Amino acid sequence: MFSKRSLFAAVSLAFAASAAHAQISDGVVKIGVLSDMSSLYSDIGGGGSTVAARMAIADFPTKGLKVELLSADHLNKPDVGSSIARQWYDVDKVDAIVDVPTSSVALAINQITREKGKAFLVSGAASSDLTGKACSPNTIHWTYDTWMLANGTGNAIVKTGGDSWYFITADYAFGLALERDTEAVVLKNGGKVLGKVRHPLNAQDFSSFLLQAQASKAKIIGLANAGGDTTNAIKQAAEFGIVKGGQSLAGMLVFLSDVHGLGLDKAQGLIFTETFYWDLNDQTRAFAKRFAAANSGKYPTMVQAGVYSAITHYLKAVTALKGDDGTKVIAKMKELPTDDPLFGKGTVRIDGRALHPAYLVEVKKPSESKGPYDYYKIRATIPADQAFRPLNDGGCSLVK
Amino acid sequence: MTEIFGIPTQALFGQLLIGLINGSFYALLSLGLAVIFGLLNIINFTHGAQYMMGAFCAYFLMTKLGIGYWWALVITPLAVGIIGMVIERLMLARLYKLDHLYGLLLTFGLALIIQGLFRNEYGTSGIPYAMPQELSGGRNLGFMFLPNYRAWVILASIVMCLATWFVIERTQLGSYLRAATENPALVQAFGINVPRMITLTYGFGVALAAFAGVMAAPIYQVNPLMGADLIIVVFAVVVIGGMGSIMGSIVTGFALGMIEGLTKVFYPEASNTVIFIIMAIVLMIKPAGLFGTQR
Amino acid sequence: MSAVHELAPGAASRAGGLAHQRIATAVMIAFFALAPLVAYPVFLMKVMCFALFACAFNLLIGYGGLLSFGHAMFLGTAGYASAHAAKVWGFPPELAILFGTACSALLGLVTGLLAIRRQGIYFAMITLALAQMVYFFYLQAPFTGGEDGIQAVPRGKLFGALDLNNVWAMYSLVFAVFVGGFLLIHRAVHSPFGQVLKAIRENEPRALSLGYDVNRYKLLAYVLSATLAGLAGATKVLVFELASLTDVHWTMSGEVVLMVLLGGLGTVFGPVVGALIIISMENYLAQIGSWVTVVQGVIFVICVLTFRRGVIGELGRLIGKPL
Repeated sequence: MFSKRSLFAAVSLAFAASAAHAQISDGVVKIGVLSDMSSLYSDIGGGGSTVAARMAIADFPTKGLKVELLSADHLNKPDVGSSIARQWYDVDKVDAIVDVPTSSVALAINQITREKGKAFLVSGAASSDLTGKACSPNTIHWTYDTWMLANGTGNAIVKTGGDSWYFITADYAFGLALERDTEAVVLKNGGKVLGKVRHPLNAQDFSSFLLQAQASKAKIIGLANAGGDTTNAIKQAAEFGIVKGGQSLAGMLVFLSDVHGLGLDKAQGLIFTETFYWDLNDQTRAFAKRFAAANSGKYPTMVQAGVYSAITHYLKAVTALKGDDGTKVIAKMKELPTDDPLFGKGTVRIDGRALHPAYLVEVKKPSESKGPYDYYKIRATIPADQAFRPLNDGGCSLVK
Repeated sequence: MTEIFGIPTQALFGQLLIGLINGSFYALLSLGLAVIFGLLNIINFTHGAQYMMGAFCAYFLMTKLGIGYWWALVITPLAVGIIGMVIERLMLARLYKLDHLYGLLLTFGLALIIQGLFRNEYGTSGIPYAMPQELSGGRNLGFMFLPNYRAWVILASIVMCLATWFVIERTQLGSYLRAATENPALVQAFGINVPRMITLTYGFGVALAAFAGVMAAPIYQVNPLMGADLIIVVFAVVVIGGMGSIMGSIVTGFALGMIEGLTKVFYPEASNTVIFIIMAIVLMIKPAGLFGTQR
Repeated sequence: MSAVHELAPGAASRAGGLAHQRIATAVMIAFFALAPLVAYPVFLMKVMCFALFACAFNLLIGYGGLLSFGHAMFLGTAGYASAHAAKVWGFPPELAILFGTACSALLGLVTGLLAIRRQGIYFAMITLALAQMVYFFYLQAPFTGGEDGIQAVPRGKLFGALDLNNVWAMYSLVFAVFVGGFLLIHRAVHSPFGQVLKAIRENEPRALSLGYDVNRYKLLAYVLSATLAGLAGATKVLVFELASLTDVHWTMSGEVVLMVLLGGLGTVFGPVVGALIIISMENYLAQIGSWVTVVQGVIFVICVLTFRRGVIGELGRLIGKPL
């Protein structure tokens, strides 16, 4: 079923000198932003991811490339996400899916994308299994993963004396991966893990888990969860006097939007790792201003910035390849170095891991903040080659 | 540190207290449900959504009108109760002649609508509601640190439950209500406006749900789905306590909260299930519930 | 139990309706056989699985007069069992489906023995309690993967020969399962067993006095309903290659009630039509997912207040023959 346009494109390409077998399917590059639009992670990705995607497409010098954007809500459910992905790939001829926070959904999409030979650019999900045992030639994992978080934050905290830990973990792929990776770092640095407790996703009441954490007398209570779960736990921890009692909270995954929701008086002093902050340099600041204008005044989280970066690089690869076959584009994306105003220069590894520097940040005190979203102090920069798990440690079948 | 069955007593008492606090919510919510089912024979599946509306109402009062927590405790039950009465007049009243299961289906549908609308508007991440100044902070009880607010929850819940029980079981108004639902025709013959009593009763049950919602707002995050999973547990409480018995629901609510707390200490994996196990057992042995009478 | 009679106003009762039903069955079969040429096959497979689920549920409430508020436990149990069998034990698809269905049947027997002695609202509450227990068990059990579900379930080769990754092969399987299940229910309803069930629903004390072991019949209907719901669940898992918590959550039990209510309680084709409408609506509104619950709620309210016979029930009334 060839449209006139793609027939014309094919013919003209056939006359061109370079490898002419590649071709843009249906003449349009269709990108789908699949995110959590209404629930736990909607402020981390959600509508903001769609905004970032639109900006990436608008900013890219398309040179005759037609790009369309779709978006949908996966409600944090693997079955909803996989249904949408299937429909998008089979019926709507979507070429690439982007974002997908919630690792359980991302793993499902990872599988379907591989089956259909399309492209999957993960920005929102965290499980390091996506570049480990679940790695795929059709997936690139952007922005962050549980290993990076565990290493950045875990290392920093243990080295400053936090050597006994108690985990409160969200009971799904992401939470368990985060707990596993952080535990490994703690133990490697000579610390101890005194106990763990699992909570269901989107738990409202953390009182009994916090009580158990308190009873363990661990110096650090590691929150291996994200979004609303983390902020709820932090708020209720304040209620129960956990910090006053001498224990510290380690939010393993905290975003700008969480800090905004908590407020600096509750969040101050929290230390965690991110790979993007809007106030890093002039380019990121310029991006943030444009983004906020299109996103009801909310500044970009690293997930949303990752969507921008991933799409920019994707379009670069499509242009270079002159085609949008998923597997081939992903291979091209691994060949080309990445370069965008948000993450700077970086590379994509053979296991699908995108490499860029990470930043250890500390939340400012209310008195130190001078403007909207002025929340972080950068404590340290972890260079790209140290921030992520070494290539051979992941168990990825693509690594020979 | 002393231990009971291998668990440190500190942890045990702490979890029991948390269980008591959760039990207070169960008792408050199941109270409204028990009133509605006991007196009207309606299974009010909308109860969870009405609880949520109570929390949101408190939030609106605070953000749009600057009205604080204490006033919200009074205004919200009235406001949501009135909405409940409207629902009863317009929709539920038509179903009294039919099988009770239709009432359940209607209220289930209403719950979906209300929760869906709120979720559209507010997402599910939760909206913060500030704790009232007077109740923040807490005291160290030795075995755990008890936030003042949670102590207040227990107190308010007990007071509200006892007051309701007293009104229904020991006052003249309560006796009219009980008579009206047992034999509406006869009571109507005495000149008492039975339909109005029924509407008021439903409204009162809903108001209780909304009251629980306001109590929950400062600690449980105001979010559109806060009632959805709670409603199933509350049903279990009402069924175990006895579907018509007010005291049954109160006692069961507190007891189940504590049993759940205990389970969290000894066998946390089962903490969610234990209530349903008890419910299934009670239904098989004494379907009318522990304190109820067969209808 | 006269109140339950009102719950199934459109029940088939006259033999004269059978010719019409045969025509309607043929129409339905033709529809599902030809539709994949124009519509997305995966969507249609989903409809068929849910239609079978709804038909199984309708068997219990429309003909047996028992409202179960926990039917999701059968859909989900078969789903998890069959997914585990296919992925971890390497069962071929036909054995995986059979295994899943058998697990549901067993669960149906166990829960039925516990629940069947109660009626009406108490029965509904017991089934709800049991379903919640099952849900929380699956939430914790490691083999289900909790929130992640069992992913990448292999479709395999049917009977070692037909590769189900081919969408037409998979479609044919689902179609066969659906039609088979539907005809089985139809046969059960129009058999002596079905007649006794009807008698029990209309006047239980009378049936008891006539010497029928009422509880045995109700249990049999319940287990049959559970088995077929399981069949739907096991097949669905192979279509989507995923078994997740959504299938055991109590909202799924609510959805099947909605489908049957909308389509027409106690009618033969009502559940199928109800499933088609609800799934189509969810699909259509998927881009704005948050409106789905509101629309579902509105349909519930309207159906209960003014449209109790459901689509097929009203249609049946119009043409004067039961459908």
